[in-house]
Amino acid sequence: MATPSLAGLPRWVLVVALLGALLVVLPLAAMVSRVDWANFFSLVSSESSVAALLLSLRTSAVATVLCVLFGVPMALTLARAAFRGQKLLRSLVLLPLVLPPVVGGLALLYTFGRRGLLGGTLDLLGIEIAFSTTAVVLAQTFVAVPFLVLSLEGALRTVGTRYEAVAATLGARPTTVLRRVTLPLVLPSLVSGSILSFARALGEFGATLTFAGSLQGSTRTLPLEIYLQRETDPDAAVALSLVLVIVAVIVVGLAHRSGTAGERRSAEL
Amino acid sequence: MTLQLDATVPARGFGMSLTVETGETLAVLGPNGAGKSTLLAVIAGLLRPDSGKSTLDGEVLFEVAPRTRSTFIQPAARGVSLLAQDPLLFPHLSVLENVAFGPRSAGVRRAQARAHARRWLEEVEAPELAHRMPTELSGGQAQRVAVARALASNPSLLLLDEPMAALDVSVAPALRRMLRRVLRDQTVIIVTHDILDAFTLADRVVVLDAGSIVEQGPTHEVLERPRSRFTADLAGLNILSGVRTANGIRTFAGNEITRAAPGIALHTSIVAAVRPSAVRVSLAQPANFHVAALPGIILDVEPHGGLVRVRAEEFAADITPALAAELDLAPGNCVWFAFDATDVTVYPYQPSTIIERGRSAQAKRIP
Repeated sequence: MATPSLAGLPRWVLVVALLGALLVVLPLAAMVSRVDWANFFSLVSSESSVAALLLSLRTSAVATVLCVLFGVPMALTLARAAFRGQKLLRSLVLLPLVLPPVVGGLALLYTFGRRGLLGGTLDLLGIEIAFSTTAVVLAQTFVAVPFLVLSLEGALRTVGTRYEAVAATLGARPTTVLRRVTLPLVLPSLVSGSILSFARALGEFGATLTFAGSLQGSTRTLPLEIYLQRETDPDAAVALSLVLVIVAVIVVGLAHRSGTAGERRSAEL
Repeated sequence: MTLQLDATVPARGFGMSLTVETGETLAVLGPNGAGKSTLLAVIAGLLRPDSGKSTLDGEVLFEVAPRTRSTFIQPAARGVSLLAQDPLLFPHLSVLENVAFGPRSAGVRRAQARAHARRWLEEVEAPELAHRMPTELSGGQAQRVAVARALASNPSLLLLDEPMAALDVSVAPALRRMLRRVLRDQTVIIVTHDILDAFTLADRVVVLDAGSIVEQGPTHEVLERPRSRFTADLAGLNILSGVRTANGIRTFAGNEITRAAPGIALHTSIVAAVRPSAVRVSLAQPANFHVAALPGIILDVEPHGGLVRVRAEEFAADITPALAAELDLAPGNCVWFAFDATDVTVYPYQPSTIIERGRSAQAKRIP
């Protein structure tokens, strides 16, 4: 593939872009430079670290599944249906993207907490959500679902409804069309959206702390562990941060790959 | 066992009723924006009409009337298959799975659906493409597969929306031959811009303009005796519509054509059709008493096959390049178009009087 020339770009744009890139890369480099490599393995394999890492992976995985389960129908509704208040609904669904996570955590607490909106009902059923692993998953789902909805809705609009119309005239019922045409066509975006949701869930801190607290083994995820370790054992905090950075890099790489695969497919359409 | 349709879509200025008999192929012609695509979308169930009723083989497709509960059958349940200009093969499925899609959706088992798909691929002369992906096909191959896919779903009615418009001229003839063979026993509505499609594929033609039917009838009847300018252009004919006068014909545009249409009663509304190749061009009014002639201002002069087409507002002539050069023809020139009365086909202007072949449809040839 030929590289486009930079001829049309003013030089100062490149300079500012470089400064911006430094702002992102330099802190990461600074952190890596502080890693105590000699003790790296023992630092990240302490009992509390491993517990936090496993809890993080487990809850993020469940949250991602919930994001797909709820996010796909939400994206389909926003992209394909037409109803009053659709714009408003879209803004509300995407609200967690711009909301401070602490505020999200408080909102969840006043919904599912013991004195929350649904607290009484849940109490009667013998279900307690706040400050449990379930709360961690709910908090992560709350902040991560907009990522999936946003990427999937865009893909659905790009693919358009022409294939769906053809499938319908071939005698396929709406559920068959969804299963055999619509979802396969937007699969790359579904995958990249899920990966982004997973990443967002993995990094979730504010809402988790507010809504789920920080109990080792049940609600203390890796970001909470890092924050806690920073006070007592900065070396462990740095080592665990590096683990998160590596996970994040892998996730971004995967999402990017499936994203470009999706673009290639839409270009072929 | 027919399609009966009566529908209006006021937002698109669309309103018509038509019938297609079982096993019949109906060609729909018309300029852009005439309502051809709206017609297909309404029948396929992709567009909900504001009023009207349609039945296919006795089953109601939709019934919409003010102040009554309306019926609207979903596209999937209509037994109507739509094939567009763009083949729209599902890009994530192989050719075989694309063709098997209809039977699979109808609940046929996988192996049986595939066997059915293979049969249809053979029918469209493309069995070797079964395991290719749609991106590996040429335009003509993809359209063949799309035809197989549409027919494999066993539709009661097949809608074709300019199926050959996007194809290379070199592959269109083979596809047209294939279509003629596979469509023989099907009930089909084909929208086309190509008069050859109409002649080779259709039993009957309707011509749409501005959302309504302006002409209809057996293909040869409509295309050989056009009444609208659009159909005449499509059929490559000059038509002059007007009234029989004592001298000949006075066209609605105000021209007097002398010595034409004898034997037709005075004051009858008629159409006269002349092939451009039968028209001569001269600078002066022809002196020959046996020739019909009318004047015109040249709009353009362009190559047409091995000849030169000289076009005026109402009339066109195909003449040799040598003659065109000799007369030094250019847009804006005033010339005379002349033709022998024997080259004119005259028929009544009112379509209703000629729907039946025979007496009134008989073209009146001038001696």
